[in-house]
Amino acid sequence: MRDLIARRAASLLEPGWVVNLGVGIPTLVSRYLDPDSVHLHSENGLLGVGPPPPPERVDPNLVDASKRAVTQRAGASFFDSAASFDMIRGGHLDAAVLGALQVDEQGRIANWAVPGEPVLGVGGAMDLLSGVRSVIVVMTHTTRAGEPKLRRSCSLPLTSLRPAGWVVTELATFRVEEGGLSLVECAPGVSAEQVRARTEAAFRVKLP
Amino acid sequence: MTPPATNKLLEADEAIRLTLFDGATVMVGGFGLVGKPLTLVSALLRSPVKDLTVVSNNLGEPGKYLGRALLLGKIRRAVGTYFTSNPDVGRAHAEGALEVVLLPQGTFCEAIRAGGAGLGGFYTPTGVGTLLAEGKETREIDGRSYLFEKALTADVALVRAHRADRLGNLVYYKTARNFNPVMATAARKVVAEVDEIVEVGELDPELIATPHLYVDHLVLAKERL
Repeated sequence: MRDLIARRAASLLEPGWVVNLGVGIPTLVSRYLDPDSVHLHSENGLLGVGPPPPPERVDPNLVDASKRAVTQRAGASFFDSAASFDMIRGGHLDAAVLGALQVDEQGRIANWAVPGEPVLGVGGAMDLLSGVRSVIVVMTHTTRAGEPKLRRSCSLPLTSLRPAGWVVTELATFRVEEGGLSLVECAPGVSAEQVRARTEAAFRVKLP
Repeated sequence: MTPPATNKLLEADEAIRLTLFDGATVMVGGFGLVGKPLTLVSALLRSPVKDLTVVSNNLGEPGKYLGRALLLGKIRRAVGTYFTSNPDVGRAHAEGALEVVLLPQGTFCEAIRAGGAGLGGFYTPTGVGTLLAEGKETREIDGRSYLFEKALTADVALVRAHRADRLGNLVYYKTARNFNPVMATAARKVVAEVDEIVEVGELDPELIATPHLYVDHLVLAKERL
């Protein structure tokens, strides 16, 4: 299911784009990308992230933002964290793929504060939402308990007032436009009614 | 003519003894343990200093390095972006033993850079309207909302680089660079832990990321990833 979501998100990325991948399902997106086409940016200071190396070639000082061992592609560059966030905040990245805990009707996301726990971690999520041109949210459609993650409003603290551009789940793909969610694609064998039954947020149906 | 090679090289324990004091604010580089000055942090653990404010992206892993400093009661306040990887931070915070200041990662770096650049702060769009905007000034500039964030400076910065020359010029290695170059600009005393120290003139001036004027002391790395 996670791979299905990652594959769909990968298909939204265009050749030549510079893309940042968040932790979790977003990391899987790299499996479905043409590495010569999309340039991966990691906020800990690398543009040109390559696939994980075989165990004997792991360099402990070459990691991505998930702290996974990675490699550097030809044409890669290293820079410090401040320069990395200049790129993010300054609007120089084409897309970011991020996980989310909840998404509201306007496409705004909550992905940094976990229910019932003190708010002690935020990382780069807020900067990515404030500056990256196209934010693609990937998440399972419902929580483990079966509650919709696409909600009228988020009960968890918002990551940004700026909405995401796309929301991809195992059931459907939504585009955020004109201040609301539009269902633009259902997964094979899934109907708009089935998506509606598992979604609390209102959305328009704009299937091809 | 080669400039005089001032002797900046010290043992880690001596560098900590000379620079740190009770109640000091100390910046520590590293993204997790990558690019963290492990030899210097171990020396800090052996030293008697306490009541520190630590400015670091996170507080290490449970029981290791800065995570160990927390368990030893040396840290009173932590400024960073991502403390969720060490549950001891949540515990110390809940018990009231640790004050936590949480910043978005881009704001954290920029606040340090502003501090090093002699600025009082800056306006950023990041975090506007969120929980992290509470108590901060919001200002509209050309139709967009921005938050005012104050600059960060420190008494001491402990940074990790790859190579140094005897003057203290620094060259970094891959993703171990991260927060180290900006932190080296924003503290009154800067100690750099490096793998190797070469003669003046041996580093390519085009590749020096931290010029020597920022660096007070050099320490050779004895603990590595």
